[in-house]
Amino acid sequence: MNKSNDLRTRSEALAAPMPALLAEADHLAQTLMMGGHGRRRAGNGSEFWQYRPAQAGDPARAIDWRRSAQSDAVFVREKEWQAAQSVYFWCDQSASMQFTSLKNGTVKSDRGALLALSLSIVLMQGGERVALCHHDTPPRNGPQQLRRIAEGLCLPLDAEHSAPDVSHFVPHAQAVFLSDFLGPIEPIEAALEAAANAGVRGALCQILDPAEEAFPYKGRTVFTSMNGRVSHETMRADDLQTRYKTRLNARKATLQNLAAQAGWQFICHHTDTPARVPLLWLYQALEGAR
Amino acid sequence: MWTIGPLGFANPWLLCGLLVLPLLWVLLRAVPPAPNSVRFSGVALLLGLNDKDSQAARTPWWLLLLRLGLVSALIMAFAGPILNPKPQTQDTGPLIVLVDGTWADAPVWPTQMARLDEILEQAERGDRLVAFAVSTDVPAGGLTFAPAREWRAGLAGRVPAPFAPDADALAAAIEALDRKASTLWLSDGIAYTGREKVLAALQSKGAVQVIETPQSVLALGSVERDENGVSLDVHQFGVTDDRDFKVLAMGPDPAGVERVLGQAHVVSQESITPVHLALRPELMNRVTRFQIENMRSAAAVQLVGDNLKRPEVVLISGDNDNGTLDILSQLHYLRTAFSASSDVIEGAFSDVIAANPDVIVLADVAQLSGGEETDLLDWTRKGGVLLRFSGPKLAASDVSRDALDPLMPVRLRAGGRSLGGAMSWGEPKQLQEFSEKSPFYGLDIPKDVTVSSQIMAQPDPDLSARVIASLADGTPLVTRKSVGQGQVVLFHVTANAQWSTLPLSGLFLSMLQRLTQASNITSSETEELTGQVLSPIRLLDGFGNLYDAGLKPSVSGEVFSTARTSSRTPAGLYQSPLRTFALNVIQKGDIFLPAQWPQSVTILTSEVTSETSLKPFLLIAALFALAVDMLATLALTGRMIGMGRAAIFAGTVCLPLIMAPHPIHAQQVSDAFLQTASSELTLAYVVTGDDAVDTTSRQGLLGVSQALAARTSVEPAAPIGVDLATDPLGVFPLIYWPITQGQTALSAQTYDKLNAYMRTGGTIFFDTRDGDISGFGRVTPMGSKLRSIAAQLDVPPLEPVPQDHVLTRSFYLLQEFPGRYVGADLWVQKSATETEFIEGMPFRSLNDNVSPVIIGANDWASAWAVADDGRAVRPVGAGYAGERQREMAYRFGINLILYVLTGSYKSDQIHVPALLERLGE
Repeated sequence: MNKSNDLRTRSEALAAPMPALLAEADHLAQTLMMGGHGRRRAGNGSEFWQYRPAQAGDPARAIDWRRSAQSDAVFVREKEWQAAQSVYFWCDQSASMQFTSLKNGTVKSDRGALLALSLSIVLMQGGERVALCHHDTPPRNGPQQLRRIAEGLCLPLDAEHSAPDVSHFVPHAQAVFLSDFLGPIEPIEAALEAAANAGVRGALCQILDPAEEAFPYKGRTVFTSMNGRVSHETMRADDLQTRYKTRLNARKATLQNLAAQAGWQFICHHTDTPARVPLLWLYQALEGAR
Repeated sequence: MWTIGPLGFANPWLLCGLLVLPLLWVLLRAVPPAPNSVRFSGVALLLGLNDKDSQAARTPWWLLLLRLGLVSALIMAFAGPILNPKPQTQDTGPLIVLVDGTWADAPVWPTQMARLDEILEQAERGDRLVAFAVSTDVPAGGLTFAPAREWRAGLAGRVPAPFAPDADALAAAIEALDRKASTLWLSDGIAYTGREKVLAALQSKGAVQVIETPQSVLALGSVERDENGVSLDVHQFGVTDDRDFKVLAMGPDPAGVERVLGQAHVVSQESITPVHLALRPELMNRVTRFQIENMRSAAAVQLVGDNLKRPEVVLISGDNDNGTLDILSQLHYLRTAFSASSDVIEGAFSDVIAANPDVIVLADVAQLSGGEETDLLDWTRKGGVLLRFSGPKLAASDVSRDALDPLMPVRLRAGGRSLGGAMSWGEPKQLQEFSEKSPFYGLDIPKDVTVSSQIMAQPDPDLSARVIASLADGTPLVTRKSVGQGQVVLFHVTANAQWSTLPLSGLFLSMLQRLTQASNITSSETEELTGQVLSPIRLLDGFGNLYDAGLKPSVSGEVFSTARTSSRTPAGLYQSPLRTFALNVIQKGDIFLPAQWPQSVTILTSEVTSETSLKPFLLIAALFALAVDMLATLALTGRMIGMGRAAIFAGTVCLPLIMAPHPIHAQQVSDAFLQTASSELTLAYVVTGDDAVDTTSRQGLLGVSQALAARTSVEPAAPIGVDLATDPLGVFPLIYWPITQGQTALSAQTYDKLNAYMRTGGTIFFDTRDGDISGFGRVTPMGSKLRSIAAQLDVPPLEPVPQDHVLTRSFYLLQEFPGRYVGADLWVQKSATETEFIEGMPFRSLNDNVSPVIIGANDWASAWAVADDGRAVRPVGAGYAGERQREMAYRFGINLILYVLTGSYKSDQIHVPALLERLGE
């Protein structure tokens, strides 16, 4: 509880300077839930948007008579199209995310949780509903939900790698997957496909430690996985460096490819760089380039 | 010992250890370096990436080779390898090791010691008993046999002696040895008396082997004075090749610092090379020793006593009649007597007294003028010898008639008396034997010395004590009185042959010599030494260095006159009550012969290849291999952070060891210092070595500099601390000098520099920093410290700052000069006395010079001190009054600097109206 409080404090500190995020939804018509979330266009909602001259085909009850009485023309009163977006977060908390090579001890899963919660706060301020994808709670807004998310982000898993569960996603919601994506690619691929089929759009954020990127090992070395189940021995680790980098780049390319196919976006973030950069990127990715 | 070629092993069986090397090879090969274990989250990406070459699981061949080399180096090292092993001597019996240890060994002493060590080491390996002796240092308890190890331990403390061995004592000590023994004799190659006796004693004990050092020894023979310098001989023996060297004459300069006063370049060709050094008489009087440059030996030094010195004698005659014949002149006999051994000066009294001569002779001079008398008395008190001769003028004058004249030893009776003349009854008198108390004691009196006229002394109570020579009837002939450190001697006869035949006799010379210590009048040093006791003052060691004699016993003159240097009479300078004598290693007439050895003695050349133990080299190699192995293992396992960084590390560790610290050229430092100090006006303080005081000084001058910059057009740069000994002072207008208890004495050069600084317009501001306790004329510790420092400074007469001194109005109008303390006087150079108050003028016209010293006690630096942020550092007084006091301190500081910079500018009368207006008059 203490840890979640601490995480929340830090997240709020990071989220404070961000402007309200207005998540873009492509498919307004299909969205059922209405909320105080203007789409800057005419549509169903409670807020006034604009008067426009009545055109042929407008039903008579749509005419705003009070406005029309002020002039000779007939005006129709339009309301703003309002919708609240649901955003799902999957933050990988498996054993491999517990790795760090940094002196300040920034673990990858920590960084992921920080990003997820910061983005949640920003989104909630904008009126969006947020949920963690492997929890049962549906997307909601409010401090209670934020507390729940923070708690959920502090539960490490024992498994070496994990994959998101997309079965309960609300259609046409948005999703953010935060992981190192170093495990088997197939579950990820399947989850993305399922999400894309449900009309869910979003972003993949690959969080890597600088050591994973640079592979600064030399000499005879035994590499052990984070939970100790897999190991690999080499006599000359420096020989492996180029080949390892090739594989890592291939994995990044695969992810990029998968994201593009599903209409998602992809970013790779390193834990030795500031968290604000990916946060801004994710914010813009969810908002969509205008 | 087991030898292969030039290599021998002390413990050859240890080499069997080499047999395990193949086993080691197999073992090492099977054990690769331990892996580095790492947790890594990206293992999934690594799976399936195989190493390109699979052999690395084994130790690489070069590492194996290195380790095998390491082990074999260790095995070989402990097997005791020796390069060029000496064939072991057959006899293992006792051994006598004898080294001459004279001054001739001194130049090669380290080599001799190394060789001795080698000999003793060999004896140690053979478990031989050794009796070791330095011929010049035979122990009082006789020689003893002891294990070689014990002798080796004490070897480093042995030094050569500045004299030849005492052959009798040595032979006796050898004969007293209780068993037969063979001998190894390290000879310096020079024969000395009694050497055969020593050899015989050794041969009675067993076989004798001699090792002679092929060397070329230079020695300086005794010094003779000649017309325009000195001549001396350089002896060379041993290897006679041509050698270039310099002979130096050393002595103090006028400031007391030892310098080279003269030198001669010599190329030696034969066994004896005569050398001539041209020296002016003034320099000659200062020479204390002659030496061969860069030669570390007692024989390369010739000490000089007083016998090279020529006293300066001033002759002044009372008769100014130039028409007389030379032979009748008062000064003729004196001139002849002194000119052989002294520099005779004749001239006007005022000129010659300035030359500060050793002896002044007044021949029949009766009355001196008041100024002359004072000068002469002063000079006598400082140690001068005033010789007066009688004559008609003195007899006719009233000098010392009623009261004793200060420049006369006795009162004189009017007239005088004549003996043996036509009108008298008596015969000319002869001289009485000199008494024991007389300085003339021991001189033979020729029969033909007679006195026909003399001046009589008044029979005063102390007359008899002052008579040092008298006539047969007991009337005084020579009287003497000491004045201060000097003396006044009166001959009651004339200096020419008018009154007596004394000036015609040899006795006259001897008497003058005794009185004036003009030593070379006769060469009979023996005669002079008879009855004297000589105490050593400075002695020579075997290397030719002088040291203080301390409490060495005195030597009687009879012994000294015939002494050779020995342990009882070491070479050095000896002092009798009157003179200094030198005892040198090489004396007049010494000739050195090479030592001749009989057929029965085996002579070994010393250039046999010396054996070298390889053990240390092998151990070092093994250690080095171990270090390389460590690095290699680290590199193999990837634990080394990077070869580059290791190389940098190794570089930083090793480079300072390899590169000797390169001294920055002193000239550059001093130039940079000058440039900094002279680019802007800079205040300076003396670095005392006390950190707290130095910091306060710096901060204080910084405070004054800031106040100056804020209030005046003087904008000084940051203050600089100066080291009086090394830094140039000329660029600073003022040097602030806080006196500390730990202030060390300054060298003569530093005093010269300070005096030059003060004479050329610099000002030193002394601050004793004890204004709270120094009032009321009390002597404080700081005050006495300042006095001791300033004793040798050229400080003018001082006075407390007078009310109308320029310091009181150079910028602010001040009457007090407070610092941290108030009230203590500030002292400056005394104003010229002739400037007096002129009616109607408020100020005197004072001298133009800035006082070269300003002395105070108010601890100004503390009052001025500011930190770098401009905040005052030290408290002054209390509250507002304290701040006011600090302000006044700053005002004084500004006045001081402006006074130093502008001198008497404010003293100029043109400012008077403005000042009067300011003063409200």
